[in-house]
Amino acid sequence: MGLAASLRAQGGLPCRPWPRHPVSPGQWSALGAEAGLSLVALWGDALSVHALWRDAEGMLAVSVPVADGRYPALSPQRPGAILFERALRDLWGHAADGALDHRPWLDHGAWEVATPLVTRPPPHAGVPPEAAVEGMDQVPIGPMAGGIAEAGQFRLFVRGGRIARVQARLGWLHKGIPALMRGKSPRAASRFAARLAGDAPVAHAIAFARAAEAASDTLPPPRALALRAASAEAERIAMHLADIAALAAAAGAPLVAAHCQAHREALLRAGTRAFGHRLMMDVVVPGGLATDIAPEGVEAMRAAAAAVARDLAELGRLCAPLLRRLEGLGVVPPKLAMALSAGGPSGRACGAAGDLRRSPGYRPYHDLNVAPVREAPRNAPRDVGGDAAARLLVWLAELRDSARMVRTALTELPAGEIVATLPMVSGEGFGWAEGPRGGIWTWLRLEGGQIAQAFQRDPGWLHLPMLEGAARGADLADWPLLRASFGISHAGMDQ
Amino acid sequence: MTDDAPSPLRRVWRNLRARPAARPLAPVDTEAARDLAARLEAAGIRRLGRGLSLHALNPGSCGGCELELRMLDSVVYDLARFGLRFVDSPRQAEVLLVTGPVTRALQAPLLAAWEAAPDPKFVIAIGDCAIDGGVFKGSYAVAGGVDTTLPVDFVVRGCPPPPEEVLEGLLLLLEAGT
Repeated sequence: MGLAASLRAQGGLPCRPWPRHPVSPGQWSALGAEAGLSLVALWGDALSVHALWRDAEGMLAVSVPVADGRYPALSPQRPGAILFERALRDLWGHAADGALDHRPWLDHGAWEVATPLVTRPPPHAGVPPEAAVEGMDQVPIGPMAGGIAEAGQFRLFVRGGRIARVQARLGWLHKGIPALMRGKSPRAASRFAARLAGDAPVAHAIAFARAAEAASDTLPPPRALALRAASAEAERIAMHLADIAALAAAAGAPLVAAHCQAHREALLRAGTRAFGHRLMMDVVVPGGLATDIAPEGVEAMRAAAAAVARDLAELGRLCAPLLRRLEGLGVVPPKLAMALSAGGPSGRACGAAGDLRRSPGYRPYHDLNVAPVREAPRNAPRDVGGDAAARLLVWLAELRDSARMVRTALTELPAGEIVATLPMVSGEGFGWAEGPRGGIWTWLRLEGGQIAQAFQRDPGWLHLPMLEGAARGADLADWPLLRASFGISHAGMDQ
Repeated sequence: MTDDAPSPLRRVWRNLRARPAARPLAPVDTEAARDLAARLEAAGIRRLGRGLSLHALNPGSCGGCELELRMLDSVVYDLARFGLRFVDSPRQAEVLLVTGPVTRALQAPLLAAWEAAPDPKFVIAIGDCAIDGGVFKGSYAVAGGVDTTLPVDFVVRGCPPPPEEVLEGLLLLLEAGT
C-alpha cells in the first residue's frame, strides 16, 4: 500500500470534503517521490505548509509542520512546486529546504513589510538584486510592455534567433488579497475572490463560494446551482472568444478576431440583461446567488449562446489558415505535461484528462445531467500535439459544448430560492471550479463565521511552467503567439 | 477550404445584407464637453487635433478592465471612425488609459511610462480601483488610486466601466479639443 492510500485509511484534521492529514517531514518528502500523485497546490499558514495532491483515487490534503521557518522542498521532484515555494517564502517566510529556486516571486521589495501574512510582519529589508546571466543574447520584456496587457516580466534568452530559455517574473500585480480577506464574512470576501482574475470572475467566485459552503456545511438551493452553471459556461464562451481573438490578432488573422469579438460583445450584453453586469461579477456569493436572473435575461443568454453555436462552422473555416500557422508551435514537452498534470484547455490540449467539472466533479454538472465535456479527441494526431494549434482546437471544441450547456441549464431551470444563509460557524473547506482557463482551487478556514485564512489557486500556477517549457526552441518572433496560445492570467497568479 | 463553405457570390450577398458589427453611439453630453473645453482653455491647450492616440497602462488591475478595453479596441466599437487608436508605446500616446489600483511594485514603472509620453498628455483613470484603489485600498501591497502616482485628468467609474462609457469620455476629450 502506498503512503497516499495509508494516509487516506487514517483519519485527518476536519476539513470538508476531504480531511487534511498531518504528516511528518519524512512522509511529506515521500509523497513528493510517490508515483501516480500530481501536485495541485502548495500553500501555508503560520504553523504549517499544506499540499493538495491528486491521484486516481481522488484528492489528498496533507500538512507538514514548519520548524524554525523551514519545511522540506518538493521542487526537486515536482517542477510545479517551484513557484509555490517562492511565493510561500515571500508571504510567510517559510523556506523550503533543498528548493531548486530561492529567488523571490511576489515580493519586489516595494512593500513596507516583509512576509506580510505573519502576525507581526517585520519591516522590509529589501530583496537581493537579480543575478546577471551572461553568455546569451537577452530580450527583456516588461513589466509594463505595451498593448492592452497585464504586467509581467519575461526575460528571453536567445541563441541564433531561437528562444533557449524563458525566465518569467511575476508578482507585480500582487494586491495582498489573502490578507484583505481576513476577518471578513465570506459574503464580503467573495468580492475579492471575484476580483482575483478578471478573466474568470464567475468561476473564481464559484470556487470560493463552494469552499465557504463546504466549511460551513451549507447547501445552496438548486436554482442557484443551475444559474451558476449557466453563468460559468457563458463566461467560458466569452473568455474563450477573447482568447481566440487575442491569439488571432497576434497571428494577423483579424477576421477571426472580429467574429469572436462580435459574439463576445453579444454575450456580455446578455450578461447585463440577465444579471445587470457584463462580466457577471458579484453575482455568485457564498450560499447561492446575490441576484436572480432577470426574466428577459434567460432568453438573452440562450440566444447569445445559440448564436455562437450557429456560427461555429464558419468560425472553424476561418480558423483553418490560423491553425496551419500554429501547427507545431509551442509544443509542451510530454514529460513536462505529465509532471505538471495541469488540466485546463492547455493541459487538455496535451491529451491529458483534466477537467474539474468531470473529476472530482461538482453540482450541477452531474445533477442536471449535463453531458461530459468533450476533451481533445485522441484520434486526430493534431489535437493531442500539445501545440498552439491543439490549444486553439480545444477552445473551439469547448465553445460548442459550453453553448449547449448554457441552453440546457437555462431550459431546465428549477424554481425556488436563490440563496441559503451561511451559519456563523468555524470550519475548513475546499472549493473548486473549472474556469475558462483551467481548474481553480480555493481553500479557506472560517473562525466564527469569518475568514481566518484563505488561499486561491489560479490555473496559471501550473500553466506558466508549461509556457516556459513550450517556448524552448521557438522562434523569437513567435513569442507573442506562444503567450496568447496559453492565456495565462497574471493577476490570478499574483493574488 | 471545405466543400460546405459559402460560395464567393453568396458571401458577397450576405455581407451586403448584413448590418455592420460596429454599434451606433449615443450623443456626447454637450454640457460636460463645454466644461472640459473651458478647462482645456484654462490650461492653454487649444487643440488636440482630430484624432487621439491611446495607450493602456495597467499598474495593478485584476484584468477585468483590460478585457473591456480590448472590447473597446474591437470591431464592435470601431475606434477608427472617431479618429481614435491604441498605440503600443507611451512614447506615441496622447491619452493614457490607466486601469486598476497602483501596486507598490508598479509605481515606478507607471511613472516611467507617464514620463515617456510626450506633452500634452491626458491621464484617464479607468474604473473604481484606478480612482481610489477600490476594494484593494488599505492593502500593504497597494499604494492607492492612480492619483497617488500621476496627475489624473478625469475618471470613468465602474467595475469595470463598459466600453461605451470609456468611449464617451474619449469623445468628450475630442469634442472639447476641436
